[in-house]
Amino acid sequence: MEEREVLLEVQGLTKHFVVDRSFFGRPTSVLKAVDDVSFKIYKGEALGLVGESGCGKSTIGKMLVNLYTPTSGKIFYNGVELTSLNKKQRRQYCKDIQLIFQDPYSSLNPRMTIGDIIAEPLIVNKVVPKSEVENRVNYLLNCVGLANHQRNRYAHEFSGGQRQRVGIARALAVNPKLIVCDEPVSALDVSIQAQVLNLLDDLKDEFGLTYLFIAHGLNVVKHISDRVGVMYLGKIMEIAEKNELYQNPMNPYTRALLSAIPSVDVENKTERIILEGDVPTPINPPAGCRFCSRCFMKTEGCDKYESILKDQGNGHLVACKLYDND
Amino acid sequence: MLLDVKNLSTEFYVKRGIVKAVNDVSFNVDKGEILAIVGESGSGKSVTSLSVMGLVRDPGKVTKGEILFNGEDLKTKSQKEMRKIRGDKISMIFQEPMTSLNPVQRIGDQLCESILTHTDMNKKQALERAIEMLRVVGIPSPEQRVKDYPHQMSGGMRQRVMIAMGLCCDPELLIADEPTTALDVTIQAQILDLIKRLRDDIGMAVILITHDLGVVAETADRVVVMYCGRVVEQADVKSLFKKPMHPYTKGLIESIPRLNEDRERLFMIKGMVPDPTRLPKGCLFADRCENCMEKCKEKLPALTEVPGEEGRKVRCFLYSDEVEADE
Amino acid sequence: MAKKKVVLAEGAESEVIIEKPESRLKSMWDALKKNKAALFGMFVIIFLIIIAIIGPYITPYDPYKNSMAEANQTPSAAHWFGTDTLGRDIFSRVIVGTRISLFVGIAAVAFSLVLGTIFGSIAGYFGGKIDAFIMRIMDIMLSIPSILLAVTLMAALGKGLDKAIIAIGVVSIPEYARIIRSSILSVKENDYVAAAKVLGNSDGRIIFHHILPNVLSSIVVRATLGISTAILDTAALGFLGLGVQPPIAEWGDMLGRVRSMVLVYPHMLIFPGLAITLAVLAFNLFGDGLRDALNPKSRS
Repeated sequence: MEEREVLLEVQGLTKHFVVDRSFFGRPTSVLKAVDDVSFKIYKGEALGLVGESGCGKSTIGKMLVNLYTPTSGKIFYNGVELTSLNKKQRRQYCKDIQLIFQDPYSSLNPRMTIGDIIAEPLIVNKVVPKSEVENRVNYLLNCVGLANHQRNRYAHEFSGGQRQRVGIARALAVNPKLIVCDEPVSALDVSIQAQVLNLLDDLKDEFGLTYLFIAHGLNVVKHISDRVGVMYLGKIMEIAEKNELYQNPMNPYTRALLSAIPSVDVENKTERIILEGDVPTPINPPAGCRFCSRCFMKTEGCDKYESILKDQGNGHLVACKLYDND
Repeated sequence: MLLDVKNLSTEFYVKRGIVKAVNDVSFNVDKGEILAIVGESGSGKSVTSLSVMGLVRDPGKVTKGEILFNGEDLKTKSQKEMRKIRGDKISMIFQEPMTSLNPVQRIGDQLCESILTHTDMNKKQALERAIEMLRVVGIPSPEQRVKDYPHQMSGGMRQRVMIAMGLCCDPELLIADEPTTALDVTIQAQILDLIKRLRDDIGMAVILITHDLGVVAETADRVVVMYCGRVVEQADVKSLFKKPMHPYTKGLIESIPRLNEDRERLFMIKGMVPDPTRLPKGCLFADRCENCMEKCKEKLPALTEVPGEEGRKVRCFLYSDEVEADE
Repeated sequence: MAKKKVVLAEGAESEVIIEKPESRLKSMWDALKKNKAALFGMFVIIFLIIIAIIGPYITPYDPYKNSMAEANQTPSAAHWFGTDTLGRDIFSRVIVGTRISLFVGIAAVAFSLVLGTIFGSIAGYFGGKIDAFIMRIMDIMLSIPSILLAVTLMAALGKGLDKAIIAIGVVSIPEYARIIRSSILSVKENDYVAAAKVLGNSDGRIIFHHILPNVLSSIVVRATLGISTAILDTAALGFLGLGVQPPIAEWGDMLGRVRSMVLVYPHMLIFPGLAITLAVLAFNLFGDGLRDALNPKSRS
């Protein structure tokens, strides 16, 4: 594989939430939302991150945009380590990494017009001179396919899809390099999902963006991403170039997840792998491999030994005992 | 024929006008059949199911039509009679299992309560039945789980409990309104598998209401596609996905990203669903349609049989010139 | 949203007529207009304010002139509301009292609202130890009976109307702080607040631009209600001889002083009582209407 420029690298990223404390403030119950996760995002690519609820994918996104402070681990952006910066220095990098939210209803301030919503980051970050703000807002609205005469309306006058466009325009306002898309279409209707996905695709080329695309719908992730990582209970189980991952899934969880997607292809139905049981809570993840309590291929030792991500060739990284050759 | 809905209309009277949430909808469900009603938000799919159950509340009202269940019109039944039918012959499960269960009552007690109201079992028998039902829906160690409160269970578990509750009295028809939307993919697969298995094992009919075409393709036998309160296409599941006829159905199927093929761009249906209080004249889909003709903007096409394909109907001028009579 | 459109948009002047920015006040007024009860409340408040301003110049009698010969008269053509135990014209006193009652009510609420909002915002937004510290102080204040706290404060500050305002204001700070804090805790969870953080807004800007405007509606109704409570509290202090000093006319004070006469001369209580009721009702109706008008969702 040719050398590509790394835009963002995450090393050993961990986020633990204290759920309960003893009377003296000692944590008694800890939720391991993200546990020792490492990956790279290359410039200009879209990295997909899939997993079921509670797997920590959104938590990773929130750490990258500084909404959460990592418990440990490092985030390198363009070679600069972000977690060791002080508050003021860190804020300088905020602009470069933006977030698109899942819920188009709660992500827009109901008391601001959409024009004000998009203008605010321009003014606060002094992206353009004051006199240019209005033009820039119009331009951004056009970019996301909204008419600029709508800019004095309030968010509640718009449909979910249009609100999501406003959210995208707001993120674009500060000229970001990396956009974390946190389930950007899962709250939208099917016909609107396609519109927003295509828009995101267009904007990526237009603005030279890099995406971290977080979703639970594997088909959606496949459409937009170049590489895909699969998460389960705070860990990355497998990460690979998308066609490689979808054609040759190696980790049993990835295989189950892929086969669980209901397909509209009524002609060639594939045999489904139906997993037993529920996702365990991340407060008390199973010992050994996190997936072993539901795994249909588990062997002796899976519940003791935790495998780490290893390259199986072509940048296809898998964490599973089946592929450990020692 | 188990359920035969004829020309059902339900209207809501809101500040901004009248919303015809369900407009002249007809469909039927046979014994042991899974019928899917698909549509986006605002298509009237949920209101259709509520109308069948007699659960439409103010400001809404069922204004027209017949709902024949085993030959009897449910519309003429009193509230009391309907309450007996609901949960006994017809049961319903909802999207959000958390809000449908009473948070301060044990799972077992909730199950028993519904068994006791609909059968003449005694308490002990009811509890046994409850445990049996929990086992049927795949809840491990049901003897212990009956003592749990809803918050002690995961989303998938709660949805199973809801299904168990729906099954307690051996209903002939289960109406499932977006039963898996709030669940994860692997759990969704479990629940859909369960619904199919129950259909096979006890011959229960199911109306599956969903927006997810993937779920429809995996689970249903026949499909009704709704748009803005009207049925636009009706077909068996294979022919619908193999050869969708209505441009809306086509668009919906095309716009889903596929796993097994790569596409540069997704097909997209332009525009958005019209305001339900100000529906356009003519075909409701006309301004979003790729094949829109002059007359589409003037007249509403009728839902007509497709020649040569039994049970298939489509509402589009591309296939028939017939105009809807009530327009 | 095709690519072409994007390129076209760059630098190109828009030919579409931009919808006129609808001023917030105007759209609020439009919503308020439709609410008849709120409109009634607003007119009564305006009427009361006018009376408060011109009251002293239009009274038929001197409200402070004692006239034992005319004491304890029931309403008549000469004295519309009758006279009190000292023979003063109640109608004139009610009119003059408008100014003091309104002023005390509004000033006391403004005082507690400002301080309550500051404490509540800091506690709710930053959380943690600051939150615990502020809210424990508020809890302590709430655990003391409010009238006792006010009396204690008055004793420390001394007598007088201005001190009464401060005392009444301080007493209700915890209430506003609590409402603001709990509203902020729920508003804070909204994604738009997270978005504002990600976009580099400062904490102050987030509080003032994104959180407080969305919290305001919950406090507006409480504040209008608070004006009426403050009017009553002033009366209570006046009755204890700590608030308004006689002979100054103040509704609550007028009410309190003739309390024992209720069976003999009900008119002495009825008219100041009616004035209080009217003012309280007006503020409540207006507050309700304002809450709806402030919420853009109910406007459309």
